[in-house]
Amino acid sequence: MHEEVIISGFGGQGALFAGQLLTYAGLYEGRQVSWIPSYGPEMRGGTAHCTVILSDEPVGSPIVRNPTIAIVLNPASMDKYEPLVAPGGILVVNTSLVRRPAQRSDITVVRVPANDLAHELGNVRMANVVLLGALLATKPIVSPDSVKRAMEEEIPAHRKHIIEPNKRALERGMQYVAEGR
Amino acid sequence: MAKVLMKGNEAIAEAAIRAGCEAYFGYPITPQSEVLEYMSARMPELGRAFVQAESELGAVNMVYGAACTGARVMTTTSSPGFSLMQEGLSYIACSEVPAVAVNVMRGGPGLGNIQPSQADYFQMTKGGGHGDYSPIVLAPSTVQEAVDLVILAFDLADKYRQPVYIIADGMLGQMMEPVELPELKPPQRPERPWALTGAKGRPRNIITSLQLDPPTLEKVNLRLQETYKRIRENEQRYEEYMTDDADLLVVAYGTAARIVKTAIVKARRDGLTAGLFRPITVNPYPYDALRRAAEKAKRLLVVELSAGQMLEDVRLAVMDKRPIHFFGKMGGVVPMPEDVVDAMKKAMAEA
Amino acid sequence: MSEAKEEKIVFQRPKALCDVVTHYCPGCLHGVVHRVIAEVIDDLGIQEITVGIAPVGCSVLAYNYIATDFAEAAHGRAPAMATGMKRVHPELVVFTYQGDGDLAAIGTNELIHAATRGENITTIFINNAIYGMTGGQMAPTTLPGQVTTSTPRGRDTKLAGFPVRVCELVSTLEGSAYIVRRSAYNPSEIRKLKAAIKTAFQVQMAGLGYSLVEVVSNCPTNWGMTPLESLKWLQENMLAYYPLGDYKVKDSVKELMAKK
Repeated sequence: MHEEVIISGFGGQGALFAGQLLTYAGLYEGRQVSWIPSYGPEMRGGTAHCTVILSDEPVGSPIVRNPTIAIVLNPASMDKYEPLVAPGGILVVNTSLVRRPAQRSDITVVRVPANDLAHELGNVRMANVVLLGALLATKPIVSPDSVKRAMEEEIPAHRKHIIEPNKRALERGMQYVAEGR
Repeated sequence: MAKVLMKGNEAIAEAAIRAGCEAYFGYPITPQSEVLEYMSARMPELGRAFVQAESELGAVNMVYGAACTGARVMTTTSSPGFSLMQEGLSYIACSEVPAVAVNVMRGGPGLGNIQPSQADYFQMTKGGGHGDYSPIVLAPSTVQEAVDLVILAFDLADKYRQPVYIIADGMLGQMMEPVELPELKPPQRPERPWALTGAKGRPRNIITSLQLDPPTLEKVNLRLQETYKRIRENEQRYEEYMTDDADLLVVAYGTAARIVKTAIVKARRDGLTAGLFRPITVNPYPYDALRRAAEKAKRLLVVELSAGQMLEDVRLAVMDKRPIHFFGKMGGVVPMPEDVVDAMKKAMAEA
Repeated sequence: MSEAKEEKIVFQRPKALCDVVTHYCPGCLHGVVHRVIAEVIDDLGIQEITVGIAPVGCSVLAYNYIATDFAEAAHGRAPAMATGMKRVHPELVVFTYQGDGDLAAIGTNELIHAATRGENITTIFINNAIYGMTGGQMAPTTLPGQVTTSTPRGRDTKLAGFPVRVCELVSTLEGSAYIVRRSAYNPSEIRKLKAAIKTAFQVQMAGLGYSLVEVVSNCPTNWGMTPLESLKWLQENMLAYYPLGDYKVKDSVKELMAKK
């Protein structure tokens, strides 16, 4: 097992957090893992992406050019990462913001109106976790239960109220892929 | 103890705490500020000393002061801040007091940027400040190794009464990996008869780097050189990865080395048998081990996030016995494994 | 033959002063200030818990004269070093001994921040308006018009700015508890100086904050005067720009002094 996942969006869309949930889940399941963010001087609103590696082998390079999976939360990320996904890989697209269709035919494209679904659940900021759910329904690189455990164990005490809504967002993303709506 | 996922910077901080660091002094600078922030929360709750200094000059001289009293002490910074610390580090080396300094390197020269770099190699391994001194420099490649080497750094600083540096970079500082930490114990100080703790029941101690009489200062220098000789004889560390059958020996340390590891796996799929020699101590540099490793290979490729600084040590080790190629990226640009594979192929193709 | 009778010792070398000849020039007040510090250390009985920090400048070798644990700092960095020591050993009495170039030029940043943090350390600041050790160049406290080897036509304030008044500056900082200016040009001033240094150490020991005693001092050698002329020049020129007095005595310090 070896997956290289890039999650990318506007700063504030939770790309880094979704990546951390995935990384913790991999750790719980005994994988070798790494998480690395883009980091820049801007604290809010810039582009933000992270690279997560889950593997059975020790992680060498924590950065990759051609990820096996990309989750894109905004149009700029779509433009940047669609061409880079490795052939046979997966591209998870937030169609609430990314209007154009994907051009690639050699990868699996998963289209999810994540902002709308998150909004229906009560908080548009959970679009990141909806997309993570959509990925896991497409390819269970970690179990959803491990992601939920990561939410329980790693979300700090003063933000405990977001755990249950985030679990629902994860399930909603999975359900959307399974049922097509 | 179970593994926990930690950012490199936080892991460095917690490792220092587990190693019994009694005092931390620092100044904010990206990409290492998480160390300072982490320490600002943890040190006071453990009853240990923390000061956000007025500058890196202030920080390193607070380190010097605390070190003179025999405390285990650390500072962390990034490249421009490390330049400012050179003054204090030279004094610490000459005064023969133990201290640990971490440089989470970023792109330079000047203000540069905040992306990963290895361009402070000369400054860190060749002295950096004024005078003949030669700090121990440890180069972690993973977050776990950063933890292990920070702990080792405190032990080596104590053992040799010299400053010990951790040479890291923004990538290692910012990335998260699982780590296993040793247990938290109260700080224990070894016997330090030289420390400034008040002259109670003993003759008074003086710690100074001033020796106006040349033969006396020469003696101090000879003693330092004797220490560095012992360090060279006992503390060289390195890792070899897939070197046994390698035609191409790639030499890299820290972040560059882990990118090279991935590149080696990819290159071998394409039929290029490559291996990695990774110095863990970049000072003392494992010259002899590298020479032996190089003799097994046809060619060498040095990969650095710089214009070619460690390259000079590789040349000193190998001399002209094997062709030595170089691939480097500057200014905070980090190569992808594929870029390294291309450089490896090019090195093997060149006549 | 006269009958043996018990004599009372009325004057002797303080225990905390080393029995050595100093390297200071004839007429320099460093030796007097060293002695006063040593007397205070004896009076307070703190020789075994005191750590001094010497500066870079004429008093770079102060550790050879004051008999406590001692460190030698980099130029200007003594307050930072003292901070490091005091934070890990709050039970120690830590003092820095600094000249005007060390404290008010290259080390201004370290001074101001140690003071504003309210570090429980004490600084003895020797202000003689000149760089002594390096050969008589302009100091941050050199008076307007004063001739030095780097202001050969006298300090021109258009080119070289104005002298720094350290006590006035530092006393504005909330962390400073006891900031006073004294001198040592006659026995009466020396007595006042001793009282101030004693108070400064007591302020530190009571944990009341940062304390600094400035000593308006002399430099017969680089001023180009006899020792007596230099003391006269000090009184006639220095004291006008650097008035003696108390610049900051926090209420907590006043309470402490009332108790002693």
